[in-house]
Amino acid sequence: MASRRVSSLLSRSLMSSSSPFSLRGKDPLMNRGARRYSNLAASLEDTITPPVKVEQTQLLINGKFVDSASGKTFPTLDPRTGEVIAQVAEGDVEDVNRAVVAARKAFDEGPWPRMTAYVNQKKSFLYVFKDLTLTHVWIRFLQERSKILFRFADLIEKHNDEIAALETWDNGKPYEQSAKIEVPMLARVFRYYAGWADKIHGMTVPGDGSHHVQTLHEPIGVAGQIIPWNFPLLMLSWKLGPALACGNTVVLKTAEQTPLSALLVGRLLHEAGLPEGVVNIVSGFGPTAGAAIASHMDIDKVAFTGSTDVGKIILELASKSNLKAVTLELGGKSPFIVCEDADVDQAVEMAHFALFFNQGQCCCAGSRTFVHERVYDEFVEKAKARAINRAVGDPFKSGIEQGPQVDSEQFEKILKYIRHGVDSGATLQAGGDRHGSKGYYIQPTVFSDVKDDMLIAKDEIFGPVQTILKFKNLDEVIARANNSRYGLAAGVFTQNLDTANRLMRALRVGSVWINCFDVFDATIPFGGYKMSGIGREKGIYSLNNYLQVKAVVTSIKNPAWL
Amino acid sequence: MAARRVSSLLSRSFSASSPFLSRSQGRNLNNGSRIVRRFGTSSAAEEVISPSVQVSYTKLLIDGNFVDAASGKTFPTLDPRTGEVIAHVAEGDAEDINRAVKAARKAFDEGPWPKMTAYERSRVMLRFADLVEKHSEELAALESWDNGKTYEQALTAEIPMVARLFRYYAGWADKIHGLTVPADGNYHVQTLHEPIGVAGQIIPWNFPLLMFAWKVGPALACGNTIVLKTAEQTPLTAFYVGKLFLEAGLPPGVLNIVSGFGATAGASLASHMDVDKLAFTGSTDTGKVILGLAANSNLKPVTLELGGKSPFIVFEDADIDKAVELAHFALFFNQGQCCCAGSRTYVHEKVYDEFVEKAKARALKRVVGDPFKKGIEQGPQVDSKQFEKVMKYIRSGVESNATLECGGGQVGDRGYFIQPTVFSNVKDDMLIAQDEIFGPVQSILKFSDVDEVIKRANDTRYGLAAGVFTKSLDTANRVSRALKAGTVWVNCFDVFDAAIPFGGYKMSGNGREKGIYSLNNYLQVKAVVTPLNNPAWI
Repeated sequence: MASRRVSSLLSRSLMSSSSPFSLRGKDPLMNRGARRYSNLAASLEDTITPPVKVEQTQLLINGKFVDSASGKTFPTLDPRTGEVIAQVAEGDVEDVNRAVVAARKAFDEGPWPRMTAYVNQKKSFLYVFKDLTLTHVWIRFLQERSKILFRFADLIEKHNDEIAALETWDNGKPYEQSAKIEVPMLARVFRYYAGWADKIHGMTVPGDGSHHVQTLHEPIGVAGQIIPWNFPLLMLSWKLGPALACGNTVVLKTAEQTPLSALLVGRLLHEAGLPEGVVNIVSGFGPTAGAAIASHMDIDKVAFTGSTDVGKIILELASKSNLKAVTLELGGKSPFIVCEDADVDQAVEMAHFALFFNQGQCCCAGSRTFVHERVYDEFVEKAKARAINRAVGDPFKSGIEQGPQVDSEQFEKILKYIRHGVDSGATLQAGGDRHGSKGYYIQPTVFSDVKDDMLIAKDEIFGPVQTILKFKNLDEVIARANNSRYGLAAGVFTQNLDTANRLMRALRVGSVWINCFDVFDATIPFGGYKMSGIGREKGIYSLNNYLQVKAVVTSIKNPAWL
Repeated sequence: MAARRVSSLLSRSFSASSPFLSRSQGRNLNNGSRIVRRFGTSSAAEEVISPSVQVSYTKLLIDGNFVDAASGKTFPTLDPRTGEVIAHVAEGDAEDINRAVKAARKAFDEGPWPKMTAYERSRVMLRFADLVEKHSEELAALESWDNGKTYEQALTAEIPMVARLFRYYAGWADKIHGLTVPADGNYHVQTLHEPIGVAGQIIPWNFPLLMFAWKVGPALACGNTIVLKTAEQTPLTAFYVGKLFLEAGLPPGVLNIVSGFGATAGASLASHMDVDKLAFTGSTDTGKVILGLAANSNLKPVTLELGGKSPFIVFEDADIDKAVELAHFALFFNQGQCCCAGSRTYVHEKVYDEFVEKAKARALKRVVGDPFKKGIEQGPQVDSKQFEKVMKYIRSGVESNATLECGGGQVGDRGYFIQPTVFSNVKDDMLIAQDEIFGPVQSILKFSDVDEVIKRANDTRYGLAAGVFTKSLDTANRVSRALKAGTVWVNCFDVFDAAIPFGGYKMSGNGREKGIYSLNNYLQVKAVVTPLNNPAWI
């Protein structure tokens, strides 16, 4: 939804007039605060102080915020400056063990999987036999799963601005994007999954003989979840939502770049009535805390979002430990295909959005822009103009479209790929360098004349670098679009139904957006073909990741029907 | 169905109130007394019956042709009754896997298989099922010869079940539905359920053709192409049905069959960069290797059906005679070579002594002998390696002080026959109560109450199946939910209808085979989103 709302804004602006999308017009503050990246010489202005205090910096284990067992902490940095925001508890193997013990207890003995999915009243009663007489006992349903998730969604809305500020501070994404799109989407996703909690159906199954067959869809148990830094809270909701709706308990590891917002919403989850131990949050690093989760013998399931290389390690650790089921959402190099009959202005705007959204830090970024040769020159010209107009600056300023990259490692990696692009003979149309002299800002960069065998057309750059490639016909672009180890998403721009129908089937990717991009409604499944991952998140499909199927067969005598 | 039909035979004999064992005994007296021995008899083995089938296919099936291995190498497949060579079979290796993947890739990427209508695909599968029925006697004989299972079981239960499964999956081919999906705004959203591509499938030796059907059925119904590796112990029947598939009109390259060994052909399939999906049935240890190879190559999704140590729980209110018979069946069926064998028989203390006595009597009466003889219940173990392993576990049981009620030795002095063996007074920490023995060795354990037996039943790395015997609905409902196992059979066991999903919790595997759930293993989900202008509704 994050992106969907952006893209529906886009559509509306495109439909109402032919003016290219920009927040400039709406925002009088922008001219004070934002600068175009070409305005290189201007020194950065004072960094805006975020309107939020960092309160939770400890691990959340068994309903309590606690220091790490080692007592160690690590700094989380402001990507606008590289300065320390806060010192955060550094979880390690021992902390993961503690969290798993809590989650195990909450699952094996605790109320969570034993709660009803939903009840109306706080108290209900059961008839029981006591001393040979039928009597009723009042049972207090602690707080049923669905309602806790609904209450949590309400609390998210109540704390919207505070959560958004923390997300932006830690990640660098524009505050407007956090406050107006991502945090509302967080509430929306949890309401979606709250609605699933009382709709997990098994089946009754036709037998070949005198047997009554049913399937139970049961929670798996303790889920380990490892989330990335690009959309810290949205990724938390994609993971926690289905796990909790299905009755599992969770040990969640946040990315070391962005540990803060998860701890805040962890507090809110408990305010909403979540029993202790159901969600445990460990901040820390991949090779220590992450590896401990993936290889833990008492974790029944692991879900990971991140790079393909790390995904392979996660799966291998699962295979070497207890064969826990693994869901992977990994990298991409998604084609964005502009056919000759496309609305070029709309395609330019969407292609720009598809790549530059969230500083280019999207696994499904449209990072190979294939443009038909007949509209190629026009497209490149307009894409360049759009990129040059992109508003880069302090993400807390109103009207800003692009903040800094998340950290120095990403920043250096992207600049390295930009140098690759230049060295390999692609044409640098715009950008190509850092923006300003402080923090991790990068100029919106556009390459044209990109060839399939250049590194910038093959690797996931994960930054504001658009690569535009030329194609001649559909057969060719299908073959080239599919010639990648990735298969996460694709954009298709055409007015022709035959072209749309053909491409949607031929592209080997998990999401095809036709004349739109980054539409992320809670109901739409998301995930990868090939080395972009295993499994689907969101939508009805996501429930499979957190359910075991148990077949129960009983013999029947004298059946009325079979 | 194999087992289901056997178990419905059992139930029928029970409802007629004559115990199954006396019936089978009586039958054997009529027509089998000359050739059949109880395991206690130590008379020398009689003449081995010649199977009434020719071995016609011993080469790899690649791109619609039977071909030699690229290396030219072969390996012998042995008769478990004698250890003698049945035939020399082409030994597929990495290069043969490459050839097979290339053929499957072409058949998928260029067609015609995924580009055929679902109805045409289903017709091919239905024709194949008809051919399986037509050739059921040859297939059953070949299966029995290569594997050692009884010919009657192969002919009357397993081969009909193969046909039944392919008809089941033929029916799915034109019922693969995607969804249209509600959006939060002006978007039209749909999901396409697409074939994954080239599926690698590695099947075991205990039910060669049934495992073939569980794997090949859903893959073909969903429009995938296949490279299938058979177990080196039992390569013969898959080639035969591969030929039948070609006869049924399956295009070349859609189903490629490579015989060979796990460490070479199996590993190259699991780590192949052009294989989009891998399904494996076998041991947990090999399953871990397979998943590691997938992780280190192209992250192909992996379905695993692995080992088990399934509890069979007899409550005090159970029908003891029926429980004894089904517990016997649950363990000894197919020479004990079932991943879901009921290999921990938990019996309530109040009925324990009676149960042990009757279980021992039943095992002593089990008819062991040449699987081609009529009335035989148990043939040889599949090979010398399995034979030695089972014997090792029997020694371990004795050494750890379980009570050997009966059996414990070899039957005869030729081939891989083992006496039906029953241990009582087994404790949870004994190796025979923890490891998958995969042989005719029943372990009986005592329990006192429900809480205790739930805990003990779940205290294992496995979670494949369970049997529950009780008349109480409350007990049945409670235990069904509490057991961490993919299948719970209540007052029955080994019911294997095509529609019933099968698979493991914990280290017994990932994913489900059979039933509607099996289709997920061979489908990718693609979300397709387009904007709506002026929608009549959202």
